[in-house]
Order: sequence, then structure tokens, then C-alpha cells
Amino acid sequence: MATATLPAQTRSNLASASVWIPAYSLWRRELVRFYRQKARVVGVIASPLLFWVVLGSGFANSFRHAGPGAAATADQGISAHYLGYFYPGAIVMIVLFTAIFSMMSLIQDRNEGFLLSVLAAPIRRSAIVLGKVLGGATLAAIQGWVFLVFAPLAGVHTSFAGILYSMAVIVLASFSLTALGFAIAWPMDSTQAFHAVINIILIPLWLLSGSMFPASGASGWLRWIMLANPLTYTVDALRNGLFPAQPTDFSAAVNLIVSLGFCAVAFAASWAIVNRRTNKPAA
Amino acid sequence: MTTTEYPPQTERAIAHADNAGTPAIALENLSHDYGTRRALDGLSFTVHPGEIFGLLGPNGSGKTTLFRILSTLMMPTGGSARIAGFSVTAEPTRARQASGIVFQARSLDLKLTVAENLMHQGHLYGLSGALLKQRSQQVLARVGLSDRAGDLVETLSGGQQRRVELAKGLIHSPALLLLDEPSTGLDPGARRDLWQYLRILRDEQGVSVLVTTHLMEEAEHCDRLAILNSGKLVALGAPAELKAQIGGDVVQLETVSPWAAAQLAQKVQQRFSVAATVVGATVRLEREHGHRFLTEVVEAFPGEIEGVSVARPSLEDVFIQRTGHRFWTDTSPDAAGATTPRKEKH
Repeated sequence: MATATLPAQTRSNLASASVWIPAYSLWRRELVRFYRQKARVVGVIASPLLFWVVLGSGFANSFRHAGPGAAATADQGISAHYLGYFYPGAIVMIVLFTAIFSMMSLIQDRNEGFLLSVLAAPIRRSAIVLGKVLGGATLAAIQGWVFLVFAPLAGVHTSFAGILYSMAVIVLASFSLTALGFAIAWPMDSTQAFHAVINIILIPLWLLSGSMFPASGASGWLRWIMLANPLTYTVDALRNGLFPAQPTDFSAAVNLIVSLGFCAVAFAASWAIVNRRTNKPAA
Repeated sequence: MTTTEYPPQTERAIAHADNAGTPAIALENLSHDYGTRRALDGLSFTVHPGEIFGLLGPNGSGKTTLFRILSTLMMPTGGSARIAGFSVTAEPTRARQASGIVFQARSLDLKLTVAENLMHQGHLYGLSGALLKQRSQQVLARVGLSDRAGDLVETLSGGQQRRVELAKGLIHSPALLLLDEPSTGLDPGARRDLWQYLRILRDEQGVSVLVTTHLMEEAEHCDRLAILNSGKLVALGAPAELKAQIGGDVVQLETVSPWAAAQLAQKVQQRFSVAATVVGATVRLEREHGHRFLTEVVEAFPGEIEGVSVARPSLEDVFIQRTGHRFWTDTSPDAAGATTPRKEKH
């Protein structure tokens, strides 16, 4: 039943009628749709966990073979070390996956006609951005937070403040990546095309973000790409929170500023792309 | 249940038909081009408050284009369109608030319940709280689906989903309802119900209704009609009025070929001094006392006529008279299939 709490503090100004209430409604819809599709709930938790354990362990073994003289005890040390290194990247990947999948629903909304009735409603377009991105970001952030449960297994030793900081970075990453997904999905009319973009842009964005190997260790052009990738700083910011004792590639301040800037740019892009009104068919 | 007072802004959402003088829709020289293709060509007409207005035309006549413009989803390339006095280009938000839209394609969220869909729609139109709950119950009762409020939309039949679409369009009590091919996919019974709802809305609440259709029999239900062909307005008026403009009965003489039809038409014109048009292999003319005329013409040209018919003029005859060709000129086999659901790209 849809008798859930409607905002009682409804204010009598136009902004609340044309932005906040519609945005709230769209946000709520994202969450309801998510938990009604149980496979999505299971998939988003299970797949990154598998990915982290299988891939992380596999890489750790490769690293071990690279060092032929290593003793058995040191092997385990390297293995655990890599799982720890890979852990922040795995969190960002979960966030990225959830963000991508929830914004794929934008294309579905468009094809199923749902978006048409939203576009024809007397609301500001910014309400659509806010509602959809907030919805996707909420799901992504919750997934990221849930994954923090595995922190002890990854050898994380941090303070309570460090965990809180990490949670805040996860929220920031969720917003940025969902907004990015929105801006990409908005002009598209097929999920196949979106899959191509995932493979060409979003996955490399993650691979070259210092998730799997550090920017400081990369060479030449690869290093420059990683330095230009805003996600590199978000992953690094997460390291600041989770492994405060370990040195990171960039300072915590730089990481935070770049991540905030990325978030602002992604939002601005979504907002700009939604506000176009043309004399071509809208949807 | 909350007993929250209605926020003042929601008053705005309930549009009353208080501006009786303003046309529900006013088009002035409205045109639209897709690249070099002209889809709408200088349309000018008004829809009066409280009337059911039909937009009749074959596929590709410009109905969908006009509907997109009226629903503010696309800006026209020329001319102006106003809804309740508000320009769809300059004041789209006011125009949107004044109208309820029922799209041809499904716009419901299948994973939400009927009530949740209506709540969501209400939120988009500035309704909230107790007022929204009340409106939701009212519109559901009106379309006869009160008992399905808590069910997921995906469990409803196609006809029931259409009724929820209608309820969705009515949630903010718009003064104007825009419906794009509303009877697509409806069985005859559901179609009859739909028209009954529309008449009740018109009679009890003074709602103006614009319906696009490619079905002649549906157009007959409208108070007034605009017939479109290739983006141009070819006829405007009440169905009976339009049909009355055709002199007398419509007589059709079938021949073996278009060539034979042309020959026959010429001879009939000479002999009886009556205008005859050739449509395919058929000669078509308008004449009072069609029955008497029929016997004369069959006796005059024995062997040249394969079949005959005489009928009161229909809307299709109006269309043929104004355009010189049949309503369905294309060769698409499903064009005449009235009940075939069309999946159109919007």
C-alpha cells in the first residue's frame, strides 16, 4: 500500500510543489522498485563480494609468484596485504555497479513510457535529476556501507572517525557516479548502447582509478590517465579513511577537493542535459 | 490517516473550469517540421471549454506530432498553441498544470501498486497529504477500480491498466484532458465504458476533452471534430454537420479496373451532369435520392458496373470528399485493423 508517510511539513511555496515533492516521490520510487526486485538486492551484494575475494586472491597469488624467493609466511602476508589494498577499490566498484544499474532504469523508464508522464508534468526538470540521482545514490551508498562490514577481513585498522569519514566518502562517490550515470543514460534510448558505454568508459574509469594498482607504480601515459581520472582521488580518499597509517598517493585535502569537484561537475552535467527543450521528440 | 490541513498551494493544483471564456485549446497557424519533412502545416482551430473534441486522421496525418506539442514534450517550429490561455512554449508549466494527459503507450510503473502510481502522479502535480489520498480514492472509484488499489499494476489486465492511466490523468482535476488514441487495445465493452466516462466528465465537471483517433466510429462520439490529412486541417465541425455538407446520399459504382472506372465516371458526368470521383476501381458520387438514381445509372450503362452501393454519408465520405482519396491510402495491412495495438516511437 502507498499509504506511507507523506511529508507533513509540506510548505506552501512553489519550490516545494514543483521540486521537492516530485523529487521525494521519484526518490521513493527508486527504493521501492529496488526492494521489490529481490534478484537486484542479492546480485548487488553478492557479485562485488565474489569479485573482491576471487580476483583479489588471484592477484595476490600472482604477486606472490612474482617474488620467487618469498617464504610461506611472507606469502600470506602479501596475500592479505593485496586484499587490503584492493578493498577500497572493491567498495568503489560496488558503488559504481549500483549507480550504473539504477541509472539504467532511466532508459527503461523512457522506453516503458513512465518518463513521458514525468516530463509532461508541471515540475522543474531539476526535480527529475534530484529524485533519480538521490534514489540511485541512496542505494549505492547503502550497498557501499554494507560492504564496510567486511573491513576487519581486509585488515582494516582504523578509528571510529576513520569509518565515519569512509562512509562520507562513499556517499560522495555514490552521488558523483550516479549523476555521471544519469548524464550518460539520459540521451540514450537503448540499454545495449548503455552497456557499450559501461565497457568503454565506466569500467576503465574504475580500472584506472588506483583500485587495482597504485598510480605511483604506473608508468608513462597510464600514470597520466590515472592522475586525470577523478575517481583516482575518490579511491585514495577512501584509503585515507580506512588505512590512516599507510601513506597515500595524494594528500587527504587534495583527494577531498577533487572528489567534491567531480561530484559538482557530474551534477551540473545532469542538470544541463535535462533542461534542454527542443523541437525534436522529447521521449 | 493524517488530518493535515490542505497546504494553500494545492488549491492551485485543483483547476476549476472558472475561465469559461478562454478556449481550452487555441491553435494559431501551428506548424512543425522534422528536418525537411513538414508534419503540421498551419493549423488553426480552437477547442471550446466543456466539449469532447476529436482529432481524426490516418497514420502520419500529424496527430501524434500535435499531441506531442500540446503535451509540451516538443516545441513547434512555427505558430502558437495555447492551453487554457497559456502558451505551450512560453508557459509550459502553467499549460501542464491545466491539462491531464493520457498517453497512448503505457506510462504506469508496473512494479508499483495502483495507489502508489496515483500517489506519485499526484506528487508531480503539486498534490500531497490528505487531499491527494482523497483525490486518489475518488478517481479510482470513478474508473471502478477501488478494490484493486493495493495491487501491483503488472497484475492488472490491459483494459484495467488503461483505466488506471485515465485515473492518473484525472488526479489533479484538470480542466482539459488530452487522450492519445485512448481505445488502443481495448475491447468493445471497455471502449464503450471509456466513452461513458468521458461524457460524464464533460457533463458533470465541465471538463474539455481532446481525443486523437484513427477510428471513424470513435470520431462519431465527439461533439466536434478536426480532420487532419498530411498535416493540414481538411474539415472542422460536428460529425453530423460535416456529413450534412455532402449533398444527399453517397453512391458507389464498382467496376473491374481503375481504367474502367475512369471511363464510367466520364460517361456518368456527361449523362447526368453530376460530379463523380474515381477512387481505385470505384466511381463515387453524391446525389439526393440515391436509390432512384441508382436504377437509372445501372440501366444506362449495362455491363459496365460490377456492383453498387448507396449509403448515408459517413465521416469517411467527408474525408474522401475533402482529400480525393481514401482514409487508408497506404498499403499497410494492419492499417484497417482497428484493434491492432500500434507501438509507436515517441
